[in-house]
Amino acid sequence: MPKTTEIRWHGRGGQGAKTASLLLADVAFNTGKYVQGFPEYGPERMGAPITAYNRISDKKIRVHSNIYDPNFVVVVDETLLESIPVTKGLKPDGTVIINTPKSPEEIRPQLKGWSGIIKTIDARKISEEALGRNFPNTPMLAAVVKVSGIMDDKEFISQMKHSFEHKFASKPEVISGNMNALERSLKEVR
Amino acid sequence: MSIRERLSGNEAIATAMKQINPDVVAAFPITPSTEIPQYFSKYIADGLVDTEFVPVESEHSAMSACVGSESAGARTMTATSSCGLALMHEILYIAASNRLPITLAVVNRALSGPININADHSDSMGSRDAGWIQIYSESNQEAYDNFIQAVRIAEHKDVRLPIMVCQDGFITSHAVENIELIEDDKVKEFVGEYNPKNYLLNNKQPMSIGPYDTPAYYMEHKRLQAEGMKNAKDVLLKVAKEFENMTGRKYDLFETYKLEDADTAIVVINSTAGTAKDAIDRLRKEGKKAGLLKIRLFRPFPAEEIAEALKHLKAIAVMDRCDSFSNQGGPLGADIKSALYGTENAPKLINYVYGIGGRDVRVENIIEVYDSLYEIIETGKTGETYRYLSVREREVE
Repeated sequence: MPKTTEIRWHGRGGQGAKTASLLLADVAFNTGKYVQGFPEYGPERMGAPITAYNRISDKKIRVHSNIYDPNFVVVVDETLLESIPVTKGLKPDGTVIINTPKSPEEIRPQLKGWSGIIKTIDARKISEEALGRNFPNTPMLAAVVKVSGIMDDKEFISQMKHSFEHKFASKPEVISGNMNALERSLKEVR
Repeated sequence: MSIRERLSGNEAIATAMKQINPDVVAAFPITPSTEIPQYFSKYIADGLVDTEFVPVESEHSAMSACVGSESAGARTMTATSSCGLALMHEILYIAASNRLPITLAVVNRALSGPININADHSDSMGSRDAGWIQIYSESNQEAYDNFIQAVRIAEHKDVRLPIMVCQDGFITSHAVENIELIEDDKVKEFVGEYNPKNYLLNNKQPMSIGPYDTPAYYMEHKRLQAEGMKNAKDVLLKVAKEFENMTGRKYDLFETYKLEDADTAIVVINSTAGTAKDAIDRLRKEGKKAGLLKIRLFRPFPAEEIAEALKHLKAIAVMDRCDSFSNQGGPLGADIKSALYGTENAPKLINYVYGIGGRDVRVENIIEVYDSLYEIIETGKTGETYRYLSVREREVE
């Protein structure tokens, strides 16, 4: 892993890409890293394309610009592939992680010439089965952790359990569904 | 032991406010500073502070309420951005001339128009002559540290002036980053109790605040106000020293980075300083002696100290995240030029307007600025001194 891992998230307003980037910053912080998690702000509307970013490093992060040459790109909504050049600037040895029921080779033609690594995860299906609703950000977060290797699975699961117990203290019934979504995603990302 | 945390710049300010537990906060929400009163209202609802929160109907009223409560003798705070600060403008002068040490968190944002919500220093630069002390912050950590120190500087008996602590909208206000927090009891001890010498609610000493001032006395009163501002510099240094003793984090009038042996430097405010440090490290690897001066205290302006720190350079680029439309560059450019007036063999100087309306500033953009400085040194020609960085001169096809 390079000294600073840079991640760019593409999603649509309301899907939780910003929240996912902040959650990722949280879990990386809890493993002792220096982190940045920030969205690109503008006039926000539900469904409009949005971008969010993460930097994760062993040393203090000083740079305060957006990310143009990421190590990882995360696509929370596959319909964005039609309108956004998601792999722009992605390092040749980098990885794009896409929320889709398709396999990496099935989706490759939609990536307009990207010849690097593609990982896919059916975050919608996992979310609907585990949580009863389409909240793709929880399974996407697990897929990013798995693919980027920023922390090991066990540590991630125990961190997230702790974090959900705190976050959902008033509705503990949703904790097991969220944990189930994370664990399935760690196994099903391909 | 400090507390390792991760917070956005807005959360950092709200946390500092919670630890200080002021008597009064009066605020009206505006992007991107809205989260500060939002988080703080929650602390009040949760009983974590016993502050009187005054939700007002505009920023003009927010600052007016601050003037009222601070006059009464209450430690008072607020937060705003952009047009909110512009709407406070009239009352900013009243707070300063009445010598009311209000603490204001400014989250820097562009002014309309065209309407824009992103980082830009036009708002606080527009208030630079209002008589407020201004401190700027590169990161969430600096915003937090500066806010805690600000209370002490503003309330000092030799100063007694309002203070604004500024940080970049979204770039630091909404980015979650690592931060070292100070324990609650240490913050409370550092800021201490607020015991103003004169205040309206003191029935043993009846007084009026802010009455009409005749030509016979107006100038003397303004002269005293200017004296308070002059004193702020030394007080800031003393407070910084105490803060360093408590936290180990060193603050000064300004920060320099690899400046001592440099031949070129940029002078910059807020978050771009961090990006510039990465650019400097890259240039140093190529053998280029690039340096940085980051403004912390902007009002009062530490002109002599800045001139001393810059005088050995061959070429300087002053970076303004706003334009003053003087056709000469931005406000920081003008102040640095004044500071260097009379310096023998003063460095060649160019002034860039950059990053306005939230235009992203990359390490590569800062390297372009240094490239221009080296070109000036090589050719001996300064060329245009009023420049725009990373601007399209025509529509892209």
